[in-house]
This record gives sequence, structure tokens and C-alpha cells, in this order.
Amino acid sequence: MTLLITVFAAIVATLIWYKKTPDNSMRYGTLALMYWGASIMWFVDAIFEYAELGAEFFTPEAADMLNDSYLGLCVVALGLIIWMISLFIKDPKGVIKKALLKKGA
Amino acid sequence: MACFLVPGTEAIVTTIVTAVVKHKEKKHLKEAHIETKDISEKIGTKFSTKLGWLNKMLWGGSALLAFEHVWHGEVIPVFPFLTAVKEGEAAGMLHEMGTAGVTMAVLVTAAWAGMVVVSSVIEKRQAQNEDTKEVKA
Repeated sequence: MTLLITVFAAIVATLIWYKKTPDNSMRYGTLALMYWGASIMWFVDAIFEYAELGAEFFTPEAADMLNDSYLGLCVVALGLIIWMISLFIKDPKGVIKKALLKKGA
Repeated sequence: MACFLVPGTEAIVTTIVTAVVKHKEKKHLKEAHIETKDISEKIGTKFSTKLGWLNKMLWGGSALLAFEHVWHGEVIPVFPFLTAVKEGEAAGMLHEMGTAGVTMAVLVTAAWAGMVVVSSVIEKRQAQNEDTKEVKA
């Protein structure tokens, strides 16, 4: 479930990036690449788990599925937080800079 | 256990390589008297920008995977930080790093290499089309 939720997050981020390109001011590409990187890594994890468990891998316990879904949502939220912090640090639209200068004046 | 450490280490290396490549590109552009705003028109997407894609995938993926390990209690906030080391399962951890960790790093790098090849082909075609248009004109 964690892999599935992250893949969906990556697809949504990629579609938003595609729609907004060439305007890169919100840095959606960074968000999409982060989620794709994590998705590939969890995909590898899933392959190794499948090699170990076999068909059982596709029939998880309800409690495990719920825990994995909860983890997946937390991962998506953490990805958004990392992206938001990097956006504020880079501040491509100069919004933070403007707000701080306005306060200082 | 600690598979995220392998792509994480690769991320450190590629970030250093990106900084070096960026510095060299800046030097070359200065020597060739090319303005920063004309770069994409004259030489296409810079290699340092392409390396940036790999950095984002590796850093982002490693960070989110590290969070998953904290979630499952495999990474702890006290020394030695890894439950496997604390419980004397270092051999198993190293085996997982050597198999799953290395595969993760290789697959992410392969996906990035695919992106670089596709973007280079698109840029080459674009340049060829522009050349053909200029000849016709």
C-alpha cells in the first residue's frame, strides 16, 4: 500500500508539473522526482519481499494493510513538507523575501 | 534494515559531482562568452541540471525510505542508530544493503540515465529541425 500510494502521489505530481511547464516557479518537478525516487526504491523492496513470500505477498492481513496505508499517507505528507521547505528556501517568486522586507520597512 | 543508506551514500557522491560539474560549466561558459540566459538555446539542458534530477530522486527517495525505517523501528534516535547493529544482526543488515540497497541505487540511476537519453534525443531533434528550417529559409 505504501508503494501504491507513493506511485499515485508521483503520478499526480508529474501531471501537475506537465500542465504547468514551462513555468517552473512552483518547482513541481522536484516533488515529482522525489516521489518517483521513493517509488522505485519501494518497488525494489516489493520485489525482494515477493521473492521471499511468493503469492502471500498479494494477500496481506487487514491490519498490515491499514498500517501500510497510514504509513503511505504520512510519507506523502513528509514529501510535501520537504518540497515546501525547499520551495521557501529557493523562493523563486521572491514572495518570502518581499514579505520579510515589507515587515522590516 | 538499512537499505536506504546505499542510495543515500550515492546521493552524497552525486551532489559533490554536481557541484564540480557546475563549477566547470560556469568556467567554460565564461571562456566561450555565452550569456547564462542563452544556455538552453545554444547547448541545451546543462549536464549539471540533469545531474540535479538524479540528486532529487536519490535524496527524496532516501529521506522517505529513512522515514519508513523509523516507522518500523529499524532506525532509532540513540547510538548506534540502527536496531540491527544494536541486536547483533549486522551481517544480515550488510547483506540487505548489498542486495536490496544496491539494486535500489542501480535502478534509480538507470531510470535517470533513461531520462537523460530521452531528453538528449529530443534536444538533438529540435536542433536538427531548426537547422532544416534555417536552410529552407
